[in-house]
Parts: sequence; C-alpha cells; structure tokens
Amino acid sequence: MNTKQLVEKLNLKVLVSGEMEREITGGYCGDLLSWVMGRAQSGDCWFTVMGNINAIGVCVLADCACIVLCENATLDDNAKDRAEMQGVCILSSEENAYTLATKLGEIL
Amino acid sequence: MSNLTLHYNVPGDDFTRAGEASGSVKRTLKDLGFSPEMVRKVVIALYEAEINLVIHAGGGEIDVEISPESVDMVLTDKGPGIPDVEMAMKEGYSTAPDNVRSLGFGAGMGLPNIKKYTDEMKIDSVVGEGTTMYLKVYNN
Repeated sequence: MNTKQLVEKLNLKVLVSGEMEREITGGYCGDLLSWVMGRAQSGDCWFTVMGNINAIGVCVLADCACIVLCENATLDDNAKDRAEMQGVCILSSEENAYTLATKLGEIL
Repeated sequence: MSNLTLHYNVPGDDFTRAGEASGSVKRTLKDLGFSPEMVRKVVIALYEAEINLVIHAGGGEIDVEISPESVDMVLTDKGPGIPDVEMAMKEGYSTAPDNVRSLGFGAGMGLPNIKKYTDEMKIDSVVGEGTTMYLKVYNN
C-alpha cells in the first residue's frame, strides 16, 4: 500500500503531498524524537502529534514513508516549508494514534 | 575510491538548522552508493550527536571521513563537558531543559542511540572545557 491509498483508506487530510506514492511497509507511534529516530523503520507510517521542523528532519533521516499528525496536531509553518522542500508527505487526522494505528494494522 | 572528508560548523541553540549536517552526510553516502542500512546507522548516530551539540554545547564542529571500509566522525565542542559519562549513557537519563523537551527532544536516548548504531564510540570530556566524541561505523 502506498501513501495515496493510505489517505483514502484512513480518510486523511493531505497537508504536504511530498512523495505521494511511497510504499508503506509498517507503522510507528511516538513523539519523542530520539526514540522514534532510533526505532522507527524505513518505510514506516509515523503517527505523532509533533509537527515541528525537527520532526521533518527525523522523518527524512529515519526514512519513514510519511508523517500522520494525529488529533489535528498543528504543523508549524517552517516545518511545512521544510517538508515541501524535502518532499516529505505530511498527512493529518482528527483521530488519535491508537485508532489510526489499529486501522493501519488491519489493512497492511 | 580515495577517502572523502567533510567538515561542518554547527551553530548552537538553532533548532531550525539542527540536522543539516546529518542530512548532508546522508545525501553524500547515498550518492556514493553505500547500502541503506549503512547510511541509516551513520545518520542516526550523527544526528543524535549533532543535536547534542545544539542542545548542550552551544554548537561545535563535525569532521567526517568516508572510506570504502568505514565512516569516521569526530565531533568537538567547547561546551560545559559531561560530568558523568556513565550516567549520560543510560537510556532515559537526560539533562535537556524544558524548552528543548517541548520540541520532542530530551528522551534520554541520544547517547544510547549513538552507541547502538556505531561500531566504535569514544568520548573525551573535560568539565568546563568541552567534549570530543569519536565515532566509527564499519561498512560490512
């Protein structure tokens, strides 16, 4: 499943389209950046409430497929700019990380 | 391939630029054809070390030497030093201030992550003078 299909299946909003057809191979939930950095896997869909510029950096370096901002968490303006520049796909939902992750688990 | 050396100055307390050096090294390693797993190990370790320069040391310098066999990284700063390296190496131990924690840092995973993803790690630190960290990742 790719990020475009994820948007449809989880009814997500697209904040930054980025690389919209990247394959998603897993999921990771977390807000502490170093924790995520060291444990999220390449190709993961990362569920978080952390919408700052450093989250974009972690997504790129850990090679996650996309970021899903849960519970309508805010995406900072400079984070949006950075995501657009680096082609990072940023999605958003009003649902929480647990709900979204369980849905992802069912369809992967 | 002859060895490639890279040098970066990391400004302190500028979280909008934190990670630039790691990002640059990642692109270089990918362009040179290193495996994704090798790139990931180097970049996770270097990012954590770079963030430490920003959070704790008021900035510093990074030297990277890339050879076909390994990537060597030396990070130097003139920050406050680490009084208890053994304690700093424990997962969950952090001295990051609250404003930094609100950005999502300060999980106490920085040095443990560096240890986990490098093959060699050495810290020379003198309180009041600064810290030098030597990191090596072999290209297996």
